[in-house]
Amino acid sequence: MTILAPISTGSADRQALFLGSAALDLTAIAGAGRPSSGWTLAGRVRDALNPLLRRPGFAIALSFLLLVLVAALAPGLLTGVAPYATSPADKLLSPSAAHWFGTDELGRDLYSRMVHGSALSVKAALLAVGIALVSGLSLGVLSGFIGGRVDAVVMRFVDVLLALPGLLLALAIVTAIGFGTIPVAIAVGIGIVPGFARTTRAEVLRVKTLPYVEAARLGGASWTRTLLRHVLPNSWGPVAVLATLDIGAAIIATAGLSFLGFGAAPPAAEWGTLISNGRNFLMTAPWLSLVPGLFVMLVVFSLNHVARTLDEGR
Amino acid sequence: MKQYLLSRIGQALLVLWGAYTITYFILYLLPGDPLTIMLTASGVEVDSLSPAQLAQARAAYGLDKGVLEQYFSLLANFLHGDFGQSLVRGEAVSTLIAARLPSTLSLAGLAVLLSVVIGVGFAYVASLVRWRPLRTVLNRLPSLGFSVPGFWIGLLFIQLFAFTLGWLPSTGDEGFESLILPAVTLAIPSSAVYAQILIRSFGDVWKEPYMVTALAKGLTRGQAQARHGFRNAALPVLTLVGLQVGNTVSGAVLVETVFSRTGIGQLAQESVLRQDIPVVLAIVALSAAAFVVVNLIVDLLYPALDPRITHRPKVT
Repeated sequence: MTILAPISTGSADRQALFLGSAALDLTAIAGAGRPSSGWTLAGRVRDALNPLLRRPGFAIALSFLLLVLVAALAPGLLTGVAPYATSPADKLLSPSAAHWFGTDELGRDLYSRMVHGSALSVKAALLAVGIALVSGLSLGVLSGFIGGRVDAVVMRFVDVLLALPGLLLALAIVTAIGFGTIPVAIAVGIGIVPGFARTTRAEVLRVKTLPYVEAARLGGASWTRTLLRHVLPNSWGPVAVLATLDIGAAIIATAGLSFLGFGAAPPAAEWGTLISNGRNFLMTAPWLSLVPGLFVMLVVFSLNHVARTLDEGR
Repeated sequence: MKQYLLSRIGQALLVLWGAYTITYFILYLLPGDPLTIMLTASGVEVDSLSPAQLAQARAAYGLDKGVLEQYFSLLANFLHGDFGQSLVRGEAVSTLIAARLPSTLSLAGLAVLLSVVIGVGFAYVASLVRWRPLRTVLNRLPSLGFSVPGFWIGLLFIQLFAFTLGWLPSTGDEGFESLILPAVTLAIPSSAVYAQILIRSFGDVWKEPYMVTALAKGLTRGQAQARHGFRNAALPVLTLVGLQVGNTVSGAVLVETVFSRTGIGQLAQESVLRQDIPVVLAIVALSAAAFVVVNLIVDLLYPALDPRITHRPKVT
């Protein structure tokens, strides 16, 4: 009877109890993100990062990248100046306290234009690597896992793609589908597919022969389940490192394509467009292309450094 | 050996055919309406044409035939060295390319030479240094080298060596002097790759027993590296040079634009900007051919340079 006692109380009380327990459940679910995933992803990431964060180089590179990510997602947080606000009186000022990166030929603040340009450049790079990751991963898994004729056909296809110089393949694609940030990102992404396909295939081939895959198969797991639960998670490491490196490569490639004039239409400006615009003022206002270029270099160098540290720590 | 040679050449031809085919399909099938692009590129207002004129234009560009028929007739022309007509310039694509080839070849040739010299030299010196802080810096420097957008180095060089110091011309393609800045710019990313991989390679060689023996005989570090380390460590550069051809060709497009050189790279940039499809197809296919041929040569050179390869049992 004592067990039933709370239930036999008044209906209003019961409802309160019910609501209370529901609220409790909700908080449990909301809180589940922290304690329970401390076991899984977040915790593992924290465990992996802790020793790395003690290395000053890695910490600096990572925080710089986070800053760039903030600039890309919420440019308003880093600058209050409008990127397209012209002020002819302040044209071509050199870097100073008021204009950190100087101003361009129309008096627009270069720092603000860089911050707002991050949105386009970072998204383009992430889109490119996303495309490459998805298609490269599928091609690699397909060819490594199935093997045989499928493997031969896919790998010949990858060989052919490798023979086409990346930028020229991208140029052909841009000719066909038109100019702009997104076509450029797609073109660059297709150019880096072969690298992913090869790395994934090599890893899948390595993992496929390991005893635990055999054990999973003997235990009655289907090929799909074996692939998703055992092969893919364990092939992930080198691919993740490559993805980090390739974000840098994609940033340089998209900057190159927008430097050539195939990127976003003015006045929107990606990093490459800014470097290109400054070209005409190289004699009088060299910072207009040198500062954005230096910034791109720092971003890519940080990405390379992070990738390299992750690779060494693996 | 003869069989190996034939199979390698066959493979190369197959890759070339694949590269041409992929590029063809990207350029002719991916756009919804290649006719509009082609007419716009040749400076014709599409809307002003009557249906009869459109049909005539379609026949003139060979777009009225079936996809496969178009593909094969274009491929046959290609094999005969006929790359079609430029839509924008009205000249044969082959004459356009032939006129610009020498400029690009001398730029690329000098850049490859410089990148090997700089890359190998850097790795050589970096592996001799023993003072830890300097060594760490030297080991990390190559990664900075390929973090830089190549075209930006070009702008920096123009600002520094042409405008500020006035040593070298900033643009143009006359004489050897105008070749120096573009070639160095084009060489830097590749040399960073060579340096990075060779530093690792030198590191491995230094762990070999024969290096210990060399030191034990009383050679200095410098002598040991020069006589016993260098040849063993530097061999991978040959493969790398082959693989970097693609990057050099890609880089040439940017560098020629930066330095306003009238080469194939600049032709590529202008043709893409005006959607001159036949020129783009020819340039992409030719650069794939350059990649395939150089890598074929590298593969065939290897046994000559490293006799161990021919004596090794075959692993397939």
